[in-house]
Amino acid sequence: MAVVFQRTAGLTDAETHYCPGCTHGIVHRLVGEVLVELGVLDRAIAVIPVGCATLAYDYFNCDVQQAAHGRAPAVATGIRRVLPDRVVFAYQGDGDLASIGTAEIVHAAHRSENITVIFINNAIYGMTGGQMAPTTLVGQKTTTSPLGRDPRLAGEPIRIAEMLAQIPGASFVERVACDSPPHVKAAKRVIRRAFETQLAGEGFALVEVLSTCPTNWGLEPVDALAWVRDHMIPYYPLGNLRDPKKDAAARGGVRPEE
Amino acid sequence: MARVLMKGNEAVGAAAIAAGCRHYFGYPITPQSELLEYMSVHLPKVGGVFLQSESEVAAINMCYGAAGAGARVMTGSSSPGIALMQEGISYLAGAELPSVIVNIVRGGPGLGGIQPAQSDYHQSTRGGGDGDYKLLVYAPSTVQEMAELVALAFDKADEYRNPVMIVGDGMLGQIMEPVEIVERPPDPALPPKTWATTGTRDHPGSRSIINSLFLKPEVLEHHILDLFAKYERMREREVLVEEYRVEDADLVVVAYGTTARIVKSAIAALAAEGVRVGLIRPITLFPFPAESLRRLPDRVANLLVVEMSMGQMIDDVRIANEGRRTVHFLGRTGGMIPLPQVIADTVRHILAEHHAGDVPHVSVGDEKGGR
Repeated sequence: MAVVFQRTAGLTDAETHYCPGCTHGIVHRLVGEVLVELGVLDRAIAVIPVGCATLAYDYFNCDVQQAAHGRAPAVATGIRRVLPDRVVFAYQGDGDLASIGTAEIVHAAHRSENITVIFINNAIYGMTGGQMAPTTLVGQKTTTSPLGRDPRLAGEPIRIAEMLAQIPGASFVERVACDSPPHVKAAKRVIRRAFETQLAGEGFALVEVLSTCPTNWGLEPVDALAWVRDHMIPYYPLGNLRDPKKDAAARGGVRPEE
Repeated sequence: MARVLMKGNEAVGAAAIAAGCRHYFGYPITPQSELLEYMSVHLPKVGGVFLQSESEVAAINMCYGAAGAGARVMTGSSSPGIALMQEGISYLAGAELPSVIVNIVRGGPGLGGIQPAQSDYHQSTRGGGDGDYKLLVYAPSTVQEMAELVALAFDKADEYRNPVMIVGDGMLGQIMEPVEIVERPPDPALPPKTWATTGTRDHPGSRSIINSLFLKPEVLEHHILDLFAKYERMREREVLVEEYRVEDADLVVVAYGTTARIVKSAIAALAAEGVRVGLIRPITLFPFPAESLRRLPDRVANLLVVEMSMGQMIDDVRIANEGRRTVHFLGRTGGMIPLPQVIADTVRHILAEHHAGDVPHVSVGDEKGGR
C-alpha cells in the first residue's frame, strides 16, 4: 500500500496542546516538512515565543531556545552570530512580534539578520484568553475590546508585513494564509523560499501567516476558516512584498551608467 | 603582556578577550561606553563579534541566544541599563546560561546621575528580575582586580551555568591605572557544553532545549531547589574577601569597591594616631563573606558600614552580624564620594561615644554627626 501522507520527521510525535481548528499545527507541519526537504533539520535551531506556541519546544524536532516575550529576534540574533552555518528561525505570534517585540523585529530586519521568522497573525491574544492584539480588526470583539475594536481608542490594526517591507534589510517578506488547502500549499512554498533566502545568505526573511483562533474568536473551526477569508484577507492582502530574486531582477533593469 | 595604563572600562574589555570572550552585545550608556567602544575595535581583530544592539533589552537577549549556542558572551551597562536587562538576567538564571554582565554603577533612581555610586547593591544581589535566583557577584576595587575578576567570572559562569555580574562603581570604570592583562583561556577542567543548541547533528538522538518554563508547580519547585543547591555550593566555595588589619582592631569598617580604598586612607590616618581600625572588604557580594564578620574578635564592639548609597550592603552586614555588634552607617549617595577625613571623624566619634548595644550612629549626606 502506498503511503500518501505521514507525519514529518521535522516534528516530534508529541500530541500538541493546540485547540481544535487552530492552524498552529498546520504551520508547524509546514515548517517541519520544509526543514526536512531542505535537509537542514539536524542543523536547525528554533527560537520560540511566549504565547500559544511557547510549548513548541516539545513539537519541533530540532534544538530549541525558548525566548522571553517578544525577544525571539534578539535571541535568534545571538545564536546566528555564534553559529553562522546553522539554520536559525524564530516562530512568533502577533502579541509577541507585533506588540511587545516590535523593537526586536524591526532591528533584526534592519540588520538583515540572516534568520527566518514565521509570524502567526490570528488577530488576538490566544494563550492569555482572547485579549485585543495590535492585529485585531476594527470592530472585532475581544475580552479587552468588548464592544469591538475602536480605532479612535486603539488605532488601526498593524500590517506587519507591509511595515517591515519598508526596511532595506528585510530581504524576503510575504503574507500567506491557512484558510484553504490551496493557500496552505502556497504557504509551504513561501516558507520554503524564506528558508532558502537564509541558506543563500541573503538576510532577513519573514512570512506572515494569517491563522485562526476559533476558541477566542467564539467560532466553530470551519467558520473560523471562513472568517480568515471574509475578514482578515481583505485587510491583510496575501502576496509577496520583498524577495531577493525579484529585487535583483528589478535592480538589473536599471543600469547605473544610464 | 606588560603593565599598561588603561581605563577601567577598557581593561574589562581586554580581560574578557584574554579570557576567550568572542561575543559582545551592548548599548551605549555613561559611564560604561568605553567598554562598548573597546569591544567594537578589538573583538573583530580576534575574529569575534561585536554588535551594538537596539536596546539593553535586546542586548541581554542576544547574550541569552549566544550563551545558549555555547559561546563565551558578555554584555555591560550602567544602572538604568541594567534595570532594563533584569528580565533577561532572570531568564538566563532560570535557563542556567553562563554569561558575564558588567555593571558600572551610577547614581539613581530613575535617570539619576552619571557619577559613581553603589546604589545597585540590591539590584545585583537581590535580583531585579522575577523569581527565586541568585547571581555570582564580584565587586573589584582596583582596575587590576577588575581585570582578574572578569577572567575568573567567565570560568565561574561556565562552571555553575549561571550569570555572573561584575559590579564596579563609575569611578572604577573611568579611572586609569596600570594593569597587566593575562591571557587566560577557558579552564580545561570545565565540562564541554553538551547542552548547547548547536543542532542535533552535534548530539544525535537528543535535542538540546534552552528553557525556563516549567508549567507544573512541582517540577518548577524542583528546578528552583536545584538552583539553590547550586547557590549553596557558591556559598561554600566562592566567597572572596579581603580582611585588612582586623586582628587587633577596635572597630571594623565594612566597605567594598572603591569606597574600600578610601576607607584604607582613613585607616592609615587613624593608625598614625594609634587608633586601630580594620576593614572587611567583600569581593564577592553574593556569596557575602558573612563568616568574616562572625569570627571577628569579641573586642570589636562596633562595625561601621561605608557605602556610596543610602545603605544597601548594610542589610547583609546586619544579617551576618546577628545583632552581636552595633552596626553604624556612613553613606554618601547620588554620585557623592565619602572623604577619608569624614570616615576618620566618624570612627573617632563612634569610638568616643558608642559602646555595644548603643543606638547606632548614622550619617548620610554631607552632614556630620547623627541624623
